[in-house]
This record gives sequence, structure tokens and C-alpha cells, in this order.
Amino acid sequence: MEVLYSSGENRTKLVEKMMLKESQIMKIHYTTGLAALFVVAVHIIVRLMTPSFGLSLSYENVIKNYHNIPYSILLESILILIAIHGFNGLRIILLELRQNKRWEDGITIFTIAATITIIAYGTRTIITANWLG
Amino acid sequence: MLGKKNNRNDMRKIDDTTKAENTRQMVILNVYRANTYRNDLPRFEKYQIPIQRWMTVLDALLFAKSYLDNSIGIRYSCRMASCGSCGMKINGIPKLACYTKISELEGNTITCEPLSNFPHIRDLVTDFSQFFEHHKEMAPFIHNNNADIRDENRLSEFKQTPQDVDKYLQFSYCIKCGLCYSACPTVATDTKFPGPQALSQAYRYYADTRDHLSNRRLNTVDEKHGIWRCHFAGSCSTVCPKGVDPALGIQLLRGHLMGFSRNENTIAKLRDPTSKES
Repeated sequence: MEVLYSSGENRTKLVEKMMLKESQIMKIHYTTGLAALFVVAVHIIVRLMTPSFGLSLSYENVIKNYHNIPYSILLESILILIAIHGFNGLRIILLELRQNKRWEDGITIFTIAATITIIAYGTRTIITANWLG
Repeated sequence: MLGKKNNRNDMRKIDDTTKAENTRQMVILNVYRANTYRNDLPRFEKYQIPIQRWMTVLDALLFAKSYLDNSIGIRYSCRMASCGSCGMKINGIPKLACYTKISELEGNTITCEPLSNFPHIRDLVTDFSQFFEHHKEMAPFIHNNNADIRDENRLSEFKQTPQDVDKYLQFSYCIKCGLCYSACPTVATDTKFPGPQALSQAYRYYADTRDHLSNRRLNTVDEKHGIWRCHFAGSCSTVCPKGVDPALGIQLLRGHLMGFSRNENTIAKLRDPTSKES
């Protein structure tokens, strides 16, 4: 490892190798977008099928939903897909605002951190609600 | 029968144009004036130009330069839409001045401004350095490992089918006038974006069966400010005076990068100069 990190150049090359190509990122972007359309459609259909739509956000109903494992998985997938697609979209918009390495690296780190944070916080909510009485 | 009818319609059109021209003998040329290096405040100067049949905007500008104000800064060369030098915004739309007839413009005032998205130099002249840098980044030439241009005895031509040529032919009509670059909304905000011209040229050489540098070009365009930043507004294709469709080239190249389509080009073979095959 010492040899690998002996110079800044090697470190830069390693980081560059680890980074995804823009075409790979865009493949993820398009796939998550299409998948999000599907899962959100399923989510809306399930909501519409609920007998009392007005009460669907009542405490008991929400907890009941979280106890339903397939529905929790659906919510988790919505969270992951929309977080990845949305924050990558934000990264693309911000990339066009300024063109310098510091800004580009900054927004890349910000969007990755924000995606992880949102997914972690949402997952925590789903898991906690699932374990509630 | 149909031919005669079309002919009559054409004649009527010509008559209408003549009538319109007879009722509009003079136009006002509204020319953008400023010298960036002298920090001039931009202003518009008006010139009254007598028009003749088939007169182009470039003719009108040259009339103004010859007889009214010889200080107008303008770049031009061939006067026949071949060199791509006289690109400017005419009534707000990027066009070639030599390829735009006054009769096809509406109103009696013609506004000429320098192209957007290019650094301004003086009056209607802009700096193309950045535009050509982006073009050079795409390696716009045929690179073939099998063809040694230093060996004159073996120098020959490549075997290409008409289908091979059709894949890139329309993109090779590009005259680098910069109109597409000026019309591109992404270039307006992202200076590192190569622009429609460079990207369509990347496709032009990528699709050419004589070329060996396909992967290098894909790597060049596949980066943060590369091909993926195109919003597909399509304005590049609308303004191209040579009928090139840069937006199509960009989408085709994207398809290759996404893996939807593959470059199944087999590298064209050199014709054996010693063989008698014609």
C-alpha cells in the first residue's frame, strides 16, 4: 500500500480508476428514473385501492403499512431510486453553473453525502416504524 | 402536367418577390458596433441601404462598408456559404450573411449582431479560438494504423461501400461556421461543453470505417462536461446552413456510449496499389 500511495500522482490515478464514467452514471440515472416511475405508480395505485383514502395517513394506517413487509420494501425502493435520481439530477444542474475543479469535486461530494444521508434517515424511519408494536 | 403547374407556381412566387422588392427599395441595416479591446459601450448604428433583387445581407453590409462607413468590422471570404466566415445573428437568429437574402427577411429593418457564445472582438467579429480548440480535441482526422503515408509506393485508397459512406456523409458537410455553437443553450452556460459541432464531428469520425481512434473519441466525449450535458434542444440542427443534423450525431453517439447500438465497423482495407482492380 505504501508503494501505491507513495506519490500524489498514484493517488490521483487510483481515485480516477475508482470513479464512474459519466456514461455509467447516466445509465444509473436513466434506470433509476424509469424504475422510480414504476414503483411510484404502484404506490399510488395501492393508495387509491385503500377503502378510506382520507384516513390513509392516520397513525394506525401508517404503522400498519410499515408492518406490511412488501409495502415497506416498495417504500424503501422509492426512497433509494428517487434519492439517487434526484441528487444526480441536481449534480447535473449544478455542474452547468460553474466550471472549475473545486466546484465540480465539491458538488460531487455534496450530492453523494446528501444521497447517503437521505437514504440512511429514510431507512431508519422505515425500520423503526416496522419494529414499533 | 404537374411539372407545368409547379412551373407556374414558381413563376408566381418570383413575381410576388419582385412586387415585394419593388415596394421596398430601401432597408435599414441596424449594425451592432463595439470594440471589446477599447471597452467601447455597445451601440447599434443604422444605415440606409438601397436593395436590389437577390441581394444578401452580406452584400448590404459590404455596401454600407464601401459607401457609408468603412469602419464596420466584419469577417467574410467566399460569399457562397463554403467558408463559414460570415456567421452572425440576423434578426436574432444565427445565420450566414452571404446565404441570407434580404427578400426572405420580414420588415424593413435588418438587425445584425455578433454570434452569441463566442468572445466578442469588434462589431460583428467574434473569437473562434475556443470553438476550434473543442474541434481539435475530437481528433478530427482519419487515423489508420495500416496506412503509412510516408511510404508513397504503398499509398493507396481505402475500400468503402456506399453504405459505409452514408453513415457519416452528412456530418462531413460541416463548414465550421459556428452557428450551431452560437445557438446551443448548453454552451451558453457551460464553457467546457464541446458544443454540437465538435460532438457531431466526433461521431463523423467514429462512424468512419477508415478510422482507428474510435475509443479515444468516446473517452474524450464521455466526461462531466461532455456529450451528456446536451439538453437536446435541437436548435443546432435548425440553424445549420449546410443541412447537417448535429443533434442526430449527438444522439447516435450517445446510443453507442449507452450500448444501445454497437459500432460494427470493420476497418476498411487499403486497396493494393499493385493490383489491376479498378
